[in-house]
Amino acid sequence: MGAARPTQRGGRSMIELETPTRFWQTHRIVMAAIAAVVVLACILLLRWDWLPKYLPLIGEGIWRTLWLLVITSFLGFFMAIPLGLAQAAGPWYLAMPAKVFCTVIRGTPLLLQLWLLYFGLGSLFPQFPAIRQSELWPYLRQAWPYAIVALTFSFAGYEGEVMRGAFKGVPGGQLEAARAMGMPRFTILRRIWLPLAIQRALPTLGGETVLQLKATPLVATITVVDIYAVASRVRQDTFIVYEPLLLLAVVYMVITGVIVLAFRWFEHRVPSRVA
Amino acid sequence: MLEALLNAFPNLALLAWDPPGWGANLGRGLANSLQIALGAYALGLAIGTGGAFGKLYGGPMTRDLLAIYTTVVRAVPELVLILILYFAVTDLVNQGLVSFGYDRIQISGVAAGIAVLGVVQGAYSVEVIRGAILAVPSGQLEAARAMGMPPGKAAWRITLPLMLSNAIPGLANLWLIATKDTALLAIVGFAELTLQTRQAASSTKAFLTFFLAAGLLYLMVTLVSTAIFGRIEKWARRGQRSGGAGQ
Repeated sequence: MGAARPTQRGGRSMIELETPTRFWQTHRIVMAAIAAVVVLACILLLRWDWLPKYLPLIGEGIWRTLWLLVITSFLGFFMAIPLGLAQAAGPWYLAMPAKVFCTVIRGTPLLLQLWLLYFGLGSLFPQFPAIRQSELWPYLRQAWPYAIVALTFSFAGYEGEVMRGAFKGVPGGQLEAARAMGMPRFTILRRIWLPLAIQRALPTLGGETVLQLKATPLVATITVVDIYAVASRVRQDTFIVYEPLLLLAVVYMVITGVIVLAFRWFEHRVPSRVA
Repeated sequence: MLEALLNAFPNLALLAWDPPGWGANLGRGLANSLQIALGAYALGLAIGTGGAFGKLYGGPMTRDLLAIYTTVVRAVPELVLILILYFAVTDLVNQGLVSFGYDRIQISGVAAGIAVLGVVQGAYSVEVIRGAILAVPSGQLEAARAMGMPPGKAAWRITLPLMLSNAIPGLANLWLIATKDTALLAIVGFAELTLQTRQAASSTKAFLTFFLAAGLLYLMVTLVSTAIFGRIEKWARRGQRSGGAGQ
């Protein structure tokens, strides 16, 4: 961290350049030692005897959390592209609904949206015989479709706003050049506009994905068994309060770290300057 | 088909203020939510200002500790943090009281909610305020120093007004996050708007009516705050060239 990184933009690199220090300074060694003692104390003094019994359940929970994160981020991102495009360049009858959608999603708590879908629509659907006899009914009776829809909408709402700015921020000269070359409108979008916009949105995409990860435990309130729900169950079964919560915090920190590293790697692979 | 739809919205009388309706409960929930959001936001701003100055001008130890604080809080879901801090804080306070020979106390939901959300908000506002301070052109500060301004005066007269216009959009975002994060306190059983709504909905079975009503309330809070923050930003950017919002 402390090493000089001249590629950093803005005033930050100046400050880091002024103090090119080693990572292992004296106080950091002391802090690392204290941290090691705390971790050891946590391992030795706290109760972890429940761990082997719940290990399969924990694995399942982590798997479900990751799966929810990946699916909803992908679906949400693909929804965000038309939402951003409609707001940046669409006619008013497309821009207005997109703007209203983003405002409503961003203006209300996700927990409320989740409960509105699960309890609200979930109580409305059974009243229609047509829905009950349809082939979708076995899915509509479970909780996870509602979780996926709510999380996808949430990601699309926030990312749609980002994509709007990204589409608007693409230099007009690039689009004019493409038009001058006689490219059809859809090809311009596919080859020039969208790639440039995604490149601009990439730095925020990592942050949005971390936020999405942090939103996933809410699905435990509508009976989807993710890692958070597993930890709550351990707490209820064994009356151990802190240990499952600590484990939960560590799991989320590890996943966040992986996401951040993955996006950093991805950003390095994408060329950051055009010509 | 139409009948079923009508059944889903029995009547809006359920939202009336007086007891057969649940309007008063929703109103109380909204007041609680706003109270906690305001408290948490203020606490977060205090932590954020101190933390930003610590991160920029503090010693290496302070900087590293603050980096750990902001990283950990921003990496763990608010829901998990709320549970950990909620249990840990009440536990620690009670153990402290018992060891000093006092009786255990029940910590009020409002105080615990403000403390917990304030710590979460603080981590985000450290970064917002730090970024805003860094974005102040260094020439301005050098000019102030060249004029012989003492550091305190330069901070008050130059850094603060200039960083405010950079910080306001981020701080506005944080306020919106604060209002929405109060909904998470429903899970530790605090009677804010979302939990009041759920209780009203499950006792009347009119889920859609109540959840939509609560959504409308949250949306109104968001829209009103956005308008107010827009005004504040315009004020903070007064006198700046091509500031976008202002003149």
